[in-house]
Amino acid sequence: MSKVGRRKFLSIATSVTGAVGGIFALTPFVLSFQPSKRAKALGAAIKINIEKIEPGSIVKVIWKGMPVWILHRSEKMLDKIDSSIDELRDPNSELSVQPNFAKNTFRSIKPEYLVVEGVCTHLGCAPIEKFAIAPADMGPDWEGGFFCPCHGSKFDLSGRVFSGVPAPSNLRIPPHHYENETTLIIGENQEEENV
Amino acid sequence: MKIFNKVILLSFFLSLFSVVYSASSVEKKSDDYLPALNDITDSKSLQRGARNFFNYCAACHSLKYVRYNQMAKDIGISEEQLNSYLIFTGAAPQDVISMNMLAEDGDRWFGKAPPDLSMITRVNSNTYVFNFLRSFYPDKNSPTGANNKVKDATSMPNVLWVLQDEMDKKEFDSFVLDIVNFLDYAGEPIKAKRKSLGIWVISFLFIFLILSFALYKDIWKEVK
Amino acid sequence: MSSDNKQEVYFSNPILKWVDERFPLSKVLREHATEYYASKNFNIWYIFGVLSTVVLVLMLITGLFLTMNYKPSAAEAFNSVEYIMRSVEYGWLMRYMHSTGASFFFIVLYLHMFRGMLYGSYKNPRELIWLLGMMLYFCLMAEAFLGYILPWGNMSYWAAQVIVNLFGTIPFIGDTLVEWIRGDYYISDITLNRFFALHVIAMPLAILGLVFAHIVALHHIGSNNPDGIEIKDNKDAQGKPIDGVAFHPFHTSKDLVWIIIFLILYFGAVFFAPEMGGLFLEVDNFEPANPLKTPEHIVPSWYFTPYYAILRSIPDPLLGFIALVSAVVCFVFLPWLDKCKVKSIRYRGWQYKVALAIFVISFVSLGYLGMQPSSGIYLILARVFTVLYFSFFLLMPFYTRLEKTKPVPDRVVYKK
Repeated sequence: MSKVGRRKFLSIATSVTGAVGGIFALTPFVLSFQPSKRAKALGAAIKINIEKIEPGSIVKVIWKGMPVWILHRSEKMLDKIDSSIDELRDPNSELSVQPNFAKNTFRSIKPEYLVVEGVCTHLGCAPIEKFAIAPADMGPDWEGGFFCPCHGSKFDLSGRVFSGVPAPSNLRIPPHHYENETTLIIGENQEEENV
Repeated sequence: MKIFNKVILLSFFLSLFSVVYSASSVEKKSDDYLPALNDITDSKSLQRGARNFFNYCAACHSLKYVRYNQMAKDIGISEEQLNSYLIFTGAAPQDVISMNMLAEDGDRWFGKAPPDLSMITRVNSNTYVFNFLRSFYPDKNSPTGANNKVKDATSMPNVLWVLQDEMDKKEFDSFVLDIVNFLDYAGEPIKAKRKSLGIWVISFLFIFLILSFALYKDIWKEVK
Repeated sequence: MSSDNKQEVYFSNPILKWVDERFPLSKVLREHATEYYASKNFNIWYIFGVLSTVVLVLMLITGLFLTMNYKPSAAEAFNSVEYIMRSVEYGWLMRYMHSTGASFFFIVLYLHMFRGMLYGSYKNPRELIWLLGMMLYFCLMAEAFLGYILPWGNMSYWAAQVIVNLFGTIPFIGDTLVEWIRGDYYISDITLNRFFALHVIAMPLAILGLVFAHIVALHHIGSNNPDGIEIKDNKDAQGKPIDGVAFHPFHTSKDLVWIIIFLILYFGAVFFAPEMGGLFLEVDNFEPANPLKTPEHIVPSWYFTPYYAILRSIPDPLLGFIALVSAVVCFVFLPWLDKCKVKSIRYRGWQYKVALAIFVISFVSLGYLGMQPSSGIYLILARVFTVLYFSFFLLMPFYTRLEKTKPVPDRVVYKK
């Protein structure tokens, strides 16, 4: 190998090795930003007993730092579930985030129980429940749902977003499943093993 | 004066070495004081140690810096095994290993509240803890009916007395060594992984060293 | 855009050219790297300055990442360190790199200072470099002391207690001073929080500024060498020192080899012996601070133990404190205590060689004695070595004048 060629080879080989070493060295620092084991533990799935939730009432819990609502929909609510379907932006949940089993009218496993993240899909405020029919502030056509006070987005009793409001998609449905008739697990779908 | 330099460096490192060596020497506390020769890479031993700990120690001693599910992963058991054999308190797998005795109660009942054991082997060394657990003997004058050759007038009762009677010396020592191995793990869970990672790092650096040395020699060839 | 047409164009890359027209980039690279000439006969003693900067960078980066997860309160500090060790991904690596780095910083620094004593690097015209270096030494000791309290282990607490109480020995202002340093009537959460601020912001900034000044001062004069002669006295037709080689690529390529060897030793410690038998991480610090339980032997970190031995060898607390401070400050005066005109030990008289050997033995022995109980034979030896330690400095104006030096060569001694 010529003098210049040898020099070039060694310089490049050394630099490349150094760069590779640099990347290896950088990796633990970058990875340290990931959620710690404590954060993962605190974000683990939670168990809720749903026996005592009256029809028509809502229970609010926190999972991964977010509000999650469990709404026990009454008979009247279930009958009227599609009453505003023509006014919805995404009635079939094509644009929205939910587990596969929730891509339906009721957006849930059991029609009576809506399990939904209480986070408006516009900019993250917590919507308020408006279950009364045709109250003064929601207008005569209101059949019950959720209203976000920040910028006026409206959602129906399955968390589906109305057209003409700032929010782009339906309220998200978190992974969840029922351990038995009375126990709801929020944070894991049925097939998943504990991580 | 190259010899002078060498003498200086040699005496420096020799004194350094002797200081480190003396700093890590083992102080003999009783007759029959054995070194704790545990192997933290032996997962079977760690599993036995965990079983022993949760059955005999966990009623009074917490391991508040250890998380159940991380421990299960590190010692090689499944979450089912964890739930069935090791968790008696109703804790969830992602919880830390806590214990419900209040410190004031512990002080009142035992004279000194049973300490958390997460760091016990880092503070007192494996050998000390090993010999402590092996050195209980019956003592009529003690409030617990037992005393300890390694730590006189210890507040801890002889929790393992049944096993100490039933097992022969070798079996009992092995039982205790498994506990110590588990506590060694609890003190620094990452120990085994850091050593294996270290081998990769040093190997890489040696390769880098060879290349950079060749480059240095090539660049300095022209210097007269 | 006036350019000296004697110099070739430095950058071919158009972006770099654009920058260079607006920022003295090529000027800096020329003056401090590609056209900064240092002697070709540097030996191992000349690597420790470079290694100090390597360790400094390691400490800054790992320190930053530790600060992201550490909680500077008495209630949470100890727990947050265990959180970093167990729960943060690779947190253990950052902790060990930082604690090992602290010890390696002092190993490297002591060897760096020793080079100065071997080759007369503190002598005229380099006295200011030496003074800036001494200020760096004081800053590093402060930084290490401040950092040691942060894990809030039992040794952290009691070491802080002992050292802060030393200031109480000063007459009249002692007690007020101690209370002012602590911010409280005892070493408390308040003390911890302010030591954290000093450790993370004040001292690192001071150190960075001083390192910059230290290197600027060095480059202004030019580096010394193992033969102690000024290479600028022998320039060739182009004005380059005959015995010098450009810092880049000659010294950079050579330093890289030594840096990697250093990293092998450093990471060897990080991955295989982070506690180093209790020297890098004291066993007592693995339990939380307990104001009711003093450790059996309160020992400062190994890099302070020589001075600790000197402190304890003097029975009176105030005089002991003065002795400790004096011992550290002695180094400052070396450029003026050393009356020998010859720089390098290679050509000096036997008096200095013997004195330096005795000094090294005293320093290391005092280091060992500082870790032992201060009684019996240990105390006697500590007193003997304290006397020898101070004699090295105090008698220096006398024995250095007696030296019969060897003739200093015109050109550096360089064997391939």
